[in-house]
Amino acid sequence: MKRPILELKNIIKDFSKVRAVDGIDLSIESGICFGLLGPNGAGKTTLFEVIEGILTPTSGQILYKGKPRKRRFKEEVGVQFQHTEFPHFLTVKETLMSFRNLYKHKADLDYLIETCYLQDILDRDNRKISGGQKQRLLLAVALANDPDLIFLDEPTTGLDPQSRRHLWEIVKQIKSNNKTVILTTHYMDEAQILCDKIAIMDLGKFIAEGSPKELLITNNKTNFIVLEGDVDKDILVKLPWPWKRLRGRIEIYTNSVNDCMKILLEMDIDLSRISARAQNLEDLFIKLTGKELRA
Amino acid sequence: MSQRIWTLFLMRNKEFYRDKGSLMWNILFPFLIIVSFNMIFNNDQNLYKVGVVDTINDGTSALDNKPVFFLETKFIDFVSFHSIEEGLDKLKHHRIDFLIRPASKQYWVNTPSPKGYIVEKLLAASFTNKQSGFEKQLIVGKKISYTEWLFPGILAMNTMFSSLFGVGYVIVRYRKNGVLKRLSMAPTKTYEFLIAQILSRMFIILLSTIIVYFGCVVLYGFKCNGSLLNLLVVFSLGLFSLISLGLLIAARSSSEEFAGGILNLISLPMMFLSEVWFSLEGANPWVIYVSKIFPLAHLVDASRKIMNDGAGLAEIKYHITALIIMSFLFLTIGSFLFRWQKT
Repeated sequence: MKRPILELKNIIKDFSKVRAVDGIDLSIESGICFGLLGPNGAGKTTLFEVIEGILTPTSGQILYKGKPRKRRFKEEVGVQFQHTEFPHFLTVKETLMSFRNLYKHKADLDYLIETCYLQDILDRDNRKISGGQKQRLLLAVALANDPDLIFLDEPTTGLDPQSRRHLWEIVKQIKSNNKTVILTTHYMDEAQILCDKIAIMDLGKFIAEGSPKELLITNNKTNFIVLEGDVDKDILVKLPWPWKRLRGRIEIYTNSVNDCMKILLEMDIDLSRISARAQNLEDLFIKLTGKELRA
Repeated sequence: MSQRIWTLFLMRNKEFYRDKGSLMWNILFPFLIIVSFNMIFNNDQNLYKVGVVDTINDGTSALDNKPVFFLETKFIDFVSFHSIEEGLDKLKHHRIDFLIRPASKQYWVNTPSPKGYIVEKLLAASFTNKQSGFEKQLIVGKKISYTEWLFPGILAMNTMFSSLFGVGYVIVRYRKNGVLKRLSMAPTKTYEFLIAQILSRMFIILLSTIIVYFGCVVLYGFKCNGSLLNLLVVFSLGLFSLISLGLLIAARSSSEEFAGGILNLISLPMMFLSEVWFSLEGANPWVIYVSKIFPLAHLVDASRKIMNDGAGLAEIKYHITALIIMSFLFLTIGSFLFRWQKT
């Protein structure tokens, strides 16, 4: 196992009477993409800001490359916040160059422009670019110092599917350069595609941690059989598996799809609009937290 | 360190000079005030207006033939009226200070009018020939028009608004929209950011003040009787102090509305009590005392002494010391209170 780039030891963060982060222990090895998932108000952003040094933890210890964070931490990390504007009246290129000049160690400008697909908007006013372009610029700014550790706070929130995939490609490329990425996201598909490890957070605590695959296996891999339309309740109660009636459909949770199909056929239920799928992270998330992600 | 300060300095300068509205306003505003006031006050103004009523049979005005000693008094504007009603109407509405009809040896004065009272005394004095016993001495001083007197005040006032609002609002906006938070994640130190903001604002305001100054010199022939270098030193100190005050006000707030309220609360009394528009001579002593807590008062007074009276730095050392102390206090407290992000 590689040496951890970041270690959190029993981190607690209180805001007057509210405990936003409650005893988090974490070790992130270098070169991976770590995803922090959780419903709104779970404490993700607070934890992020504690790690970044914006907030001071109430207690606990944070080690970067085995040592407490010092001045070089800011020189060696890159941060993309959820909501950030840039100083006005600067072009994209000037914005990028200005932030790059704030660091001793600078990433190659052409590399940043190329990696984040900024070639076509370099001379454009940073206030007149689209949401996807702004996210790419924010990412380029986060990479301006060629950081070893990159924090991305919901980098694709509000982007169209094409822009999201664009950003995923950039994150994959960053990872391929042996950089460590820590991201928060609301999109489970994003976490499943990008993250080597994830932690699901709720009420300030980690309630599950591991690789997406491990999490799905350890949390009882279930299949979902979905019947569109309505079915008589008297028939459904005879099923040996749990089921739920949801907005115009019935969901049956089973780990034996074949048996379930057989029984449904025996019950003479119309299967012309049936679908079956494996449990994914989103299902697991709802199961663990009891909350819809994009509520 | 210097590279970061230079980068932040350039960032802020570009933001300013590319914002055409802000740029034009900073230069046009003082110009417009000077032009307007010069148009209003460009004629020599007499101190009193006295109406003279008399219709002589041959149709000529009373002013044409009555060589009354009083009517030769300097600095009184004598206005001729053909009817007593017309004169009384003007007097009643304080459009004139005094009304006289030499033919009938009558005069009218509006009781609440202080100027009317003075003119009455002048009229009485013009009929006496007594020696006062005082010896008359003459001095000659260069006449300074109101606009020339106003000019340093307008420059200083523009400096104040640009410093307080230019720095205060921008930092609050930076904090509100996350620019400060982002900058704080770079290895930018608080003092580097503050120095860059001060230098950038000083550079911008000094440049626009110099443009306005020389523009007015060319247009109206205003002269600085003292050293231009001394004037630059005083304006730089005043600017530094006012920008530091702006930083102090913006040290924590992330609400533009709140910061705007505080800035107005400070800038408006400061403008009125710093003798920008009128002298506080004769005001209550406590008003004059309170006015000294404002850096603008020291900047206005010191720059007037240099421009109008030709004073050197030694003669305005009190103002210079006050500005240095205020700058130090504002900047120290402002740096201590400064927060990169919303609290």
